[in-house]
Amino acid sequence: MTRCANATGAVTSKLSLFGLFGLVIRRDLLLAMRRRADVLTTLVFFVMVVSLFPLGVGPEMDMLRKMAPGVVWVAALLASMLSLGRMFSADYLDGTLEQMLLAPQSLSMLVLGKIVAHWMLSGLPLVLIAPVLGLQFDMPAQALWVLILVLLLGTPILSMIGAIGAALTLGLRGGGVLVSLLVLPLCIPVLIFGTGAVEAVNTGMTIVPHVALLGALLLLALVFTPWVTAQALRISME
Amino acid sequence: MSPAEFFAMNGYGFYVWGSYGVALLVIGIEIALVRHKRTITLRQLRMERDAGEEQ
Amino acid sequence: MAINWFKYSAPTAFYGLAGKMIPWFAVPAAVLFMVGMYIGFFVAPTDAIQSEAYRIIFIHVPASILSMFIYLIMAGYAALGLIFNTRLSSMMATALAPTGALFAFISLWTGALWGKPMWGAWWVWDARLTSELILLFLYLGFIALQSSIEDPRRADRAGALLAIVGSVNVPIIYFSVKWWNTLHQGATIKFTGTSMHVAMQQAMFIMLLACWLYVIAVTLARVRSIILERERNTQWVNELKEVRS
Repeated sequence: MTRCANATGAVTSKLSLFGLFGLVIRRDLLLAMRRRADVLTTLVFFVMVVSLFPLGVGPEMDMLRKMAPGVVWVAALLASMLSLGRMFSADYLDGTLEQMLLAPQSLSMLVLGKIVAHWMLSGLPLVLIAPVLGLQFDMPAQALWVLILVLLLGTPILSMIGAIGAALTLGLRGGGVLVSLLVLPLCIPVLIFGTGAVEAVNTGMTIVPHVALLGALLLLALVFTPWVTAQALRISME
Repeated sequence: MSPAEFFAMNGYGFYVWGSYGVALLVIGIEIALVRHKRTITLRQLRMERDAGEEQ
Repeated sequence: MAINWFKYSAPTAFYGLAGKMIPWFAVPAAVLFMVGMYIGFFVAPTDAIQSEAYRIIFIHVPASILSMFIYLIMAGYAALGLIFNTRLSSMMATALAPTGALFAFISLWTGALWGKPMWGAWWVWDARLTSELILLFLYLGFIALQSSIEDPRRADRAGALLAIVGSVNVPIIYFSVKWWNTLHQGATIKFTGTSMHVAMQQAMFIMLLACWLYVIAVTLARVRSIILERERNTQWVNELKEVRS
């Protein structure tokens, strides 16, 4: 881990912005691969929460079909909160984050790399497993495709907004619960449009407005959140 | 209109007085908390100053 | 040296000024509250459709307006503190948050008590009630974040960033909730009368003014304690009359 960190610090001065971006992602993925349990925990949590719902509300297929998009989205929201605490904390503890703040390249770009890596580790697995869970709720094939599409658009937004929360609560006691308290209210639009699209296809309406709005939110988040997160990191590291 | 009729609010007394009662109650609590906070802060400042003088 | 004056002695000067100003806001607030209540309960006529239950609006509407307004003011003060490094504006943001949360709570509570006789349910997932609930969550997040950070400078700046992100999000949240609400054809609490009686408008306006003055008074009182706490090691605090006695 330290070797990796040193390598990042030494090489950055010669790297282009996108080279650095790739390096940050590769490094985070590599570190995660050495601790695979963390990634699996998020996934297992997601599957478990979704599977608990039928046990809680009863096995009537009609009702389950109706609830499915909401249940999957809420579970995805909670699961992505779970791994936010790890986004910056390891780098903060071993000093890598300090190096990143001092690097000549844009901190926003570095942060974006970390966000993308976080999404690949905690968002993408949820997108891939969601159709299987959808089958548990007897979702029709068409709805499953829409679910995958909106999850693909929506989960990156969760990682981006979550990054702000993770940066603000860096190194605080009880940061895990606090970060959910800060981030969950801000994620409500994603939840609304994400479930709205699946409900629309179930009732035979067009999904275009939901998907378009979700896409707009993704672009907005892509433009602003890395910069805001970078500012939050500077505040927290002072 | 008799006072009893007034307080009954045409059958909606519970809702109307429940609204105003709780609103006034929480505002009262807030005022008390702000005053309490000031007392505590001043007491703490005096204690700190006394501790500083003894040294 | 203008900047230095701004940076270092603003809280000093403001502490005394705030102390003198509090009665000037608190007393009119109490008087206007009583006038508003009098007009609201004795002058304003009974509504044809909602009977006496509508009288809840005289506290519900001002509380709702102020809870949203306070969030914007709070975010504005916080942003000033973040950008220009003026400590007093950060302290004002911290002092405003609990009052904002309180008004959001009053708005929700009175909304529920109004919804029960009108719609037969304590809580309807109406766009405005739902946004108000989310607003309360945003206040609680701000307060929780600031109180879990010990270094006051970091608390100010982290809170400011969160408040700014929140205020950008508030319109997005409001419109998405509204959209969600129309999709599900939920209930909407509206004033069903064709037009409001003049006395009703007057009562509501006076109550809004009373609540606003109250917010200013209580925020000034709270910010005085915050100033004392943050400046505890300075000469001027130790020379204050109330500390020396």
